[in-house]
Amino acid sequence: MTSKPGTYPTAIDIAVSVRSGERTASEVLEDHLARIGSSDAEIHAFNHVMVDEARSTAEAVDSAVEAGENPGPLAGVPVALKDNMCTRAVPTTCSSRILEGWKPPYDATVVQRLGVAGAVVIGKTNMDEFAMGSSTENSAFGPTRNPRDTSRVPGGSSGGSAAAVAAGFVPISLGSDTGGSIRQPAALCGVVGVKPTYGAVSRLGLIAFASSLDQIGPFANTVADAAVLLEVIAGHDPGDSTSIDEPFAELSPHLDDGVVGTRIGLITEMMGEGIDADVAARTREAADALEAAGATVEEVSIPAVTYGLSAYYLVAPAEASSNLARYDGVRYGNRVEGNTTDEMMFATRTQGFGDEVKRRIMLGAYALSAGYYDAFYGKALKVRTLIRADFQVAYEKFDVLLSPTSPSTAFPFGDKTSDPMAMYLNDVCTIPTNLAGHPAISVPFGAGDDGLPIGVQVLAPPRGEQQMFTTAAVLESAAPGDAE
Amino acid sequence: MNDRPSESPDNTESPANDGGADQSRISADDVAKVANLSRLTLDADELELFTHQLADILDHARDIESLDLDGVEPMARPLPLVNVFRADEPGEPLDRAEVLAAAPSVENDQFRVPPSLGER
Repeated sequence: MTSKPGTYPTAIDIAVSVRSGERTASEVLEDHLARIGSSDAEIHAFNHVMVDEARSTAEAVDSAVEAGENPGPLAGVPVALKDNMCTRAVPTTCSSRILEGWKPPYDATVVQRLGVAGAVVIGKTNMDEFAMGSSTENSAFGPTRNPRDTSRVPGGSSGGSAAAVAAGFVPISLGSDTGGSIRQPAALCGVVGVKPTYGAVSRLGLIAFASSLDQIGPFANTVADAAVLLEVIAGHDPGDSTSIDEPFAELSPHLDDGVVGTRIGLITEMMGEGIDADVAARTREAADALEAAGATVEEVSIPAVTYGLSAYYLVAPAEASSNLARYDGVRYGNRVEGNTTDEMMFATRTQGFGDEVKRRIMLGAYALSAGYYDAFYGKALKVRTLIRADFQVAYEKFDVLLSPTSPSTAFPFGDKTSDPMAMYLNDVCTIPTNLAGHPAISVPFGAGDDGLPIGVQVLAPPRGEQQMFTTAAVLESAAPGDAE
Repeated sequence: MNDRPSESPDNTESPANDGGADQSRISADDVAKVANLSRLTLDADELELFTHQLADILDHARDIESLDLDGVEPMARPLPLVNVFRADEPGEPLDRAEVLAAAPSVENDQFRVPPSLGER
């Protein structure tokens, strides 16, 4: 099945209508629950739909409106969360057998902030197990289908959150991005996806994969909706020692500022080998559109990004091997019994983790082990320094940078599952931003030769989200229709 | 295309053994060892498959071995580590019963595990 995107109310429209009393949050919720009920059996965007909890939240929002209070910028807006964000007393699985049935004893900071903003959390979305993957095929609970073509993957690892927005199940959702896990599925599903500056959004309650790379960010059908959602979740959190202790940028007031005089660099290394011709063509058209809108565009070489993939596949597994040591069958999650603690831990982890998770844990343990640390992990950390330095040089000359988000459009199920390296190459354009700790956004820009969506990526220096969103808004208004 | 100190011309005769690591491909014994460190049990087929796949991934990563990285500072995280101080005020702890309810096995309000010392 191939389908054109429907037009669904935006988060901003919903919040305005709920605050004015034109619609109730409960009506809005039931509309979205109905769409989930009729289509999610096919798409499988959700691991868990929080019907009862969402209904009580919506009623509370409606009571606030009746009492003359302002429930907040996301009043009555249904939101889906990737299933690696802790929700108190609600199952949180990371799409892994090892956490199946686990109910966290607290809410992640982003969940608390959504509540304060009047949002209605509607469910937990499917993902690659522990966010390791680029297709959502690594979920222990079965893959998610791409709403734009259900024979294709939605991308990953936040495939469920991308698909939920593309299918109209929710206007906005949250994912997490360690090497492209928000931007790549956004591109493949034809929606907007944002990876904020490292430290912009609290990671408290985000189940850790690679702590120096992980960042929570929004999915939306429009750049303006993504901006509102990011404004709600960003900002300092004393509970996360890596959270930036400064006010977050204002995004929404600057979306119409335009790009007259903006200096934009098109990244040479991301336009050649390994990038499909139609993807490169759309990216050049996006550059032309920005130029027509008053920006200056030049090609720029960022040599060190060509080493990004290698550095990432040493750094991320190294951090994962350490972070995932906590799944030992003792304090939470599932246990497979054994006669000794050691036997129990071996059995629990061997049966609880899928192959990709095992691969990365072992790769990380190897990269960190005596005799290999300097050659692998140590070198990879130095390459990170080079990548950040090369970006810094580019940002002396350019305000934002431009590249494709993903080398191809959505691919068929099973296409890359037997060859981990082929799967990893999906993230070649997105990984360098994570290694540097910078922000980037993927905006839909036309379609490929197969009629499927293509995403273009706008990259910005640390805390440069304001100009990044302004540029993205111009791209959005200039984008050709897709799926024609 | 790369004008940084990438390939070091004075080291071309010996791309291997500059970091003290064995530059040959990862072996099944290596994989068995890291599996054990990671508390994972692999059967013979898995050991063969994972050895092959990890070798492919590490082969790809060899492109960074040619870089001259002397004098480059490692970057373990995007932001510098700083001590974060706060006033020592009691907060709201997690609910003890809720935390214990999520554990696989509990006795006397404590996590229960099988014997960890003695016979194996």
